[in-house]
Amino acid sequence: MRVAAVPSFPDRPYDARVERAPHDTGGRPTTERIDRTDHELDDWELLTDALVGALGRAGVMNVDELRRGIESMPPAEYERASYYERWLYSVETILSEKGVLEPGELEARL
Amino acid sequence: MSFEQGQRVRVASREHRGHHRTPGYLKGRVGTVERSHGSFTNPETRAYGESGLPEKELYLVRFEDGHLIYADIYEHWLEPQ
Repeated sequence: MRVAAVPSFPDRPYDARVERAPHDTGGRPTTERIDRTDHELDDWELLTDALVGALGRAGVMNVDELRRGIESMPPAEYERASYYERWLYSVETILSEKGVLEPGELEARL
Repeated sequence: MSFEQGQRVRVASREHRGHHRTPGYLKGRVGTVERSHGSFTNPETRAYGESGLPEKELYLVRFEDGHLIYADIYEHWLEPQ
């Protein structure tokens, strides 16, 4: 296992006045190793990918909105969530914002 | 503002609460314009359901502070150095 290289600028530390959202992790000091293992995607993950693609092609939601939805996650949830769990969180956030999903609609169908 | 290949630029060190694609660790850093990628819709407005127009020019910028880093930075985040 090798530890990820972290950019370091010792003489000019990162400007702490500029707030960073939880996704903006580049350059943060860490001793944690990056998990580079591959895994087979579950059906729900493939469906999530297809859903986002379809929403994009239908002009309902674009990739920048997808990213904003992900970045708006509470930091603890963001850290806990897997890649496609973040996508799903964002789809729900953005579609609710746009009124495509009514409040409680998803819960009622589950 | 448009930049030339080889031009020294500083990444704006400003706070931006909304969606933007400028990495925090590069804000305030000085780099060199490697080349332009062309113009693209602005993710900062497109992320809120807008058109993202007018398009903004996206530059490949090289940073050499200890580590060699290449990053894509939009024109409105770059200041002539």
